[in-house]
Amino acid sequence: MKKSNLTCDTVITDELRSFIGLESNPVTYDIERHAIERFACAIGDPNPLYTDYEFAKVRGRGNLIAPPTFYRSLLPGRYPKPYPEPFAHILDGGSDYKFNESVKVGDQITVVRKVTKLYEKHGRMGTMLFKISEIRYTNQEGILAATQTTTTITYGTGKKDNGLVDH
Amino acid sequence: MSITDQKTPIFDTVSVGDELPELVKYPDTRQLVMYAGASQDFVAIHYDLNVAREAGHSNVLIHGALKSAWLSELVTSWMGYGGRLLELSISYRSIDFPGSPVTCFGKVTNTRLEDDCGLVEIEIGLRNKEGLITTPGRALVSLPTQQTDD
Repeated sequence: MKKSNLTCDTVITDELRSFIGLESNPVTYDIERHAIERFACAIGDPNPLYTDYEFAKVRGRGNLIAPPTFYRSLLPGRYPKPYPEPFAHILDGGSDYKFNESVKVGDQITVVRKVTKLYEKHGRMGTMLFKISEIRYTNQEGILAATQTTTTITYGTGKKDNGLVDH
Repeated sequence: MSITDQKTPIFDTVSVGDELPELVKYPDTRQLVMYAGASQDFVAIHYDLNVAREAGHSNVLIHGALKSAWLSELVTSWMGYGGRLLELSISYRSIDFPGSPVTCFGKVTNTRLEDDCGLVEIEIGLRNKEGLITTPGRALVSLPTQQTDD
């Protein structure tokens, strides 16, 4: 892509770069059935493994399990220092999940996120910052239950979207 | 067929080119609010039209992660209770808006045996009512083989 002279200044400052590899403060969630029910209902997935305890037991799951992308609702904590987000607007670029274990009711899942890569692109919407984060979900037995690698895109000026800080 | 009847396909009977039954969703703003609450995603472009417009959109937009949830349902309902979803990769290439139906589709692109596990790779995606694939992706599932099935 051709870069105009006006956009040669990078938004990836040394301060921002210092977040690469820095882990967020771990957060541990107790998984309760109503959170799973609400999630399954919100996405509109009628699978009884998520809501029918007897059914899940008969199917050898031991307890209700959560839909695969339920992990997404277990938000990571903040970084040990404030993340200097340069932009106001946010778009989700995508997610890659690797699942080792389903989340079950009664699990305790610890979530840690770190930024693995930062890069920028210059286009129609001006400069856009791409942030690749890896989120690790570890269960109460110390088993890595899943990882999610996400791409977060931010751009533009103005009033910051109040949901920015969680992504 | 109700979901409780769903049978897991045996790995040996799955072939490259097999298509998954399509899944059609009818998202509305109510569902976006439900998803925001259930997933703790409070990015305002998904429920506040003024914020969405300020960010350059014509309407509030569907959470990418909600589209991922539908694509995971496409795969898990096909694989039934005996399959396992191992990987799910989704790319939000274009934005989708509530108010019109979207269709999730999938096609088997590779099958292989690894350590006695029947692995099936599926190209998946979501297309809008104009037929544009807004959200392509890929899933990897493990299915029981003839040997492991009783």
